[in-house]
This record gives sequence, structure tokens and C-alpha cells, in this order.
Amino acid sequence: MGGALILPDAAGRIGYYCPAAAAASFKGESMQAAVNLWPLIGVAVIIIGFVLRAHPVLVVVAACAATGLAAAMPMEAILDSLGAAFIKTRNLPMILLLPLAAIGLLERFGLKEHAQNSIAKVRAATAGRLLIVYLFVREVSAAFGLTSLGGHASMVRPLVAPMAEGAAVAQNGSISDKLRYRIRAMTAATDNVGLFFGEDVFVAFGAIVLMQTILNAEGIAVDPLHIAMWGIPTAITAFIIHAWHLRRLDAEIRREGGAK
Amino acid sequence: MIKLEHFYVVLGVMLAIAAVMSLRDRHNRRRYSTALFWALYAVVYLIGERLLPAVAGAIMVAMALIAGFGGVSMGQYGSLSKEERVSSAQRLGHKLFIPAMIIPVVTMIGATVLSDVQIGGTLLLEPKHLTIVSLGCASLLAVAAACWLTRSTPVQGMREWRRLAESMGWAVVLPHMLAVLGLLFAEAGVGKAVAHITTTYIGLDSKFVAVAVFCIGMALFTIIMGNGFAAFPVIAGGIGIPVLIGVYGANPAVMAAIGMFSAYCGTLMTPMAANFNIVPVALLELPDKNAVIKAQIPTALPLLVANIFLLYFLMDQKP
Repeated sequence: MGGALILPDAAGRIGYYCPAAAAASFKGESMQAAVNLWPLIGVAVIIIGFVLRAHPVLVVVAACAATGLAAAMPMEAILDSLGAAFIKTRNLPMILLLPLAAIGLLERFGLKEHAQNSIAKVRAATAGRLLIVYLFVREVSAAFGLTSLGGHASMVRPLVAPMAEGAAVAQNGSISDKLRYRIRAMTAATDNVGLFFGEDVFVAFGAIVLMQTILNAEGIAVDPLHIAMWGIPTAITAFIIHAWHLRRLDAEIRREGGAK
Repeated sequence: MIKLEHFYVVLGVMLAIAAVMSLRDRHNRRRYSTALFWALYAVVYLIGERLLPAVAGAIMVAMALIAGFGGVSMGQYGSLSKEERVSSAQRLGHKLFIPAMIIPVVTMIGATVLSDVQIGGTLLLEPKHLTIVSLGCASLLAVAAACWLTRSTPVQGMREWRRLAESMGWAVVLPHMLAVLGLLFAEAGVGKAVAHITTTYIGLDSKFVAVAVFCIGMALFTIIMGNGFAAFPVIAGGIGIPVLIGVYGANPAVMAAIGMFSAYCGTLMTPMAANFNIVPVALLELPDKNAVIKAQIPTALPLLVANIFLLYFLMDQKP
């Protein structure tokens, strides 16, 4: 579908008119339904980068460039858009970067070693059971809007992962690197599952506001409370499925311990 | 009032200090590019709003190229030996948990109890960015507490910050750059194009097929974009509102809630959701880049199927 004609309008926005695409793919639908398909090149770049296992950061920049070029933006306009967006989204990395100094200091003085020690003393604790408790706490606290109670930098790395590892070591005497990495990965997975399927049950969460805004724009009025309420069945299902996998993790640990 | 901008300056200063420390770290093979990377990021936080957009864009591209070609590498951080850490852990005991718990607890208090507190007629914390501002205060308090507890200086805290940040390397900036890509996609109309293709080429005559296409479409588009927030407007606008609500009379609240959760199933399965799936791989020092995703797929797929059935059976509920 060649021959796209793309003109920036007076306000500097890009207007699209793509006659070949309109004629080829719309099967006789009226011309006013013309949708520009060129920006999909950006999506294609991501998929190709994904398949080729290229470096993620480079894929993102390539996709930005491809999307801009597909919209026939000159180089400087692309940089303008990227720069404005880069500055506008500066608040995102703060949640990751700000707590690192305190966590690093505590690690220097033995936080991880102490967490592992304390869990090793609790005889009833297994890695799976510990993570089920963490899943429950994470999901319920997120449902009350307390999403900051967990997180990979502030909770998983310094506390939960060493505790789960410590529990497995206490149970088996020692564990293989493969199992160690599997336990760490499950810890991160547990934090994600708890956060994702808990936070959407909280009324003041960003996603609920986003959904309400989009439905409102289409003339559909919804109460945020109802959206939050209808998230509960999925939230419960997510807990059951993931907790079952955590029980299986305990079985894996027992199997490795028994094999020795 | 404590504002988000104040913490931009705090983070900017931290990044600038890290740049100087990296520059002087002779054990880092790539100390010049590593230092340049932190210095550029420091500029973005310190004077970002005064930069010309094109200059900020050029900085972003430069940072991506440095990170993408392995220019951010690790140096030496004067860490204590394992024995020293064990003996210090025995000496300090449970007190080590106190600064770690300050971060979530103070953030929580800031975001709830202190949200309406006024001093001299102005609010204490900026309401628009309440969570991040609370987290910023909590982080600074936690550093102070950690310094006091371990009798360290804030400079030592900065050394440890650099150790953790450089061990994550490029994963530090990926979420930020993905957000930029999302905004650019929205500007270029990617969403409209995707919705158009789905509705044109897939028959949505059966209610069950329509529900399945809606849920799977949410997950698939999230896998590509790495962000459920980007998928929701596209798939809800393309299938959810015209077909599920328009044709089959679905309850909008049920459609929205279960649709967003289907998108989250996609988030669990994609490396594009870097801060959830790739950052922890770096933080936990896992050799397999996709280890967290592999741990999540057995939960995400059954949950997606469950979502299709939940939506199919619950969508007729009266609002």
C-alpha cells in the first residue's frame, strides 16, 4: 500500500490520507472510514526485534524512529516528540530509583544474611507457604490501595527472596543453583501476581480512573465502585491458581531434598 | 508544600554524584560511557523542563545507544566480605529491618493520613503526585535511619546506590523509554489501526467468540506494548464497546474490569513490561533473562481462560 500522502496541519499535528490503503483493504466501505495503517510499522518493528532477540532498549528506539518516519515526520519533529514525552514521564523511574540508597546500605551491613537467618529459625516455614502468605498480604494490601507495601527493589530483593531461599536451604541442607534461581523467579512472580490482581480492586487506582474516562468519552456512564467490584471474581481466581503453583514449588523442593 | 519537582532535583543530584563516582572508578572497564550515561540522566532530572524538546530527545537517543551497546558496566564498590556482613547482621539483628520497613510504612502514612494535612494554609504534600512524593520522603527518612543505625555516611549510601543501579544497568531506563514509545504510538494512531483490523477480519457473530477475541486481544496487545493501559483503550474501543456492549448488551463495568485483568495476564507474559519482568531478573541476579516470565506463564494462561468464562457468564448482570 504505497502512495500515502501525509500533511501536517496548521497546528503542527500530522493529518493522514492514505488512498491506496483505503482502496485496497476496506472492501467497499465508505471512504470516510479511512484508517491509516502506516503507524503499525512501529508495532512490526517491535515484533521483529522480539523475534530476533535484539537488545530491548535498541528495539524501543528503532520502533520510535520507525513510527515517526512512517508518519513522515522530519528528524527534528521526531526528536521533539520523543523529548517532550521523555520529560513528561520522568516520574516513572522514581519508584525504582529512590529507595535504592537505603536498601544498598542495609545490604552492606547484612540485611539479606539476617533475613535468611531469621527464616531459617522458623521450622514450620517452607518457601511455598511463605510465598502464599506473601501473595495474600500483597494482594489484599494492594486492594486497599497500599501498592507500596511490596516491590522488587524494596521488598523482593532484600527480604522475600532471601527468606524463601533460606527456608528451602533450612529444609534440604543445601539447594542446587537451578532450584535457587527457580525460587527467586517465583518470588518475583508472586509479587507481580499479588500486585496486578489486587490493585484493580481498589477504587482510586489509576486503571479504574482510565477505564471510567474511556467509557465516559463513548457516552457510557459507569460507577468506579462497580468496576472495582467486578474485578473481585478474577482476583480470587488469580490467588487460587497462583497459590496452587506455590504448593507445587514446595513439592519440587521436597523432591530435590529426597533425591540427595 | 513538598512537591514532585523537589524529588526530581534529589534524584538529579544523586545521578550527578553517581556520574562523578563512576568516572573515578578505575576498576570499571567502561567508566567513561558509564559516567556519561548517569550524567545525561542527571541533566534530564535537574534541568529537564528547561531543555528544548529536541535536545531532550537527543539525550534519550544517546542514552539508549550507550545502554544498548553495553556502555553501562559495573565497577568496584568496596563491599564488605561475607564474614563481615554475617557478623554485622548478628550485631544489628532485627534492627536492620527498621529502615527497610520505613519505606512502605511512611509511604502509606503519607498517602493516607497526611494527604489532607495543611501547614500555614497549604497542603504538606502535593496532592497530584501523592504516592511518589510520599515515597520520596520515605526513602530519604530510610537513608537517614540506615546511616544512623550502621554509623555510615550518606556518601556510603551513594556508593551502595551506584552498586545497585549499575548492577541493573540498562534495565534502569527501559520502563521510562517504553512509556515514551506508548505516547508516540498514541500520537501516531496505532490504536485505531489495530482496532480497525480486528473488527474487519475476525467474525464476531457468536457471543462466545466475541468475548474470547476481546480477552485474548487485550492480552496479545499488552504482550506487544508491554502495558495494559495502552491495550485497554484500543481493544475496548474496537471490540468491547461496539460489539460486547453494542450488540450483546454487556454490563460496561463487567466488560471493563475483566477486560483490564485480561490485559494484565498479557503483562505477566511479556519482556516489554520491563519493570515487572526484566528488572527483577537483574535485581535477583538470575542467569535466564526470561526466568520471571517462565514462572508466570503457568498462572497467566489458565487465568486468561478463566477470564473468558467469567466475562461470558457475568456480562449479562444488571448494572
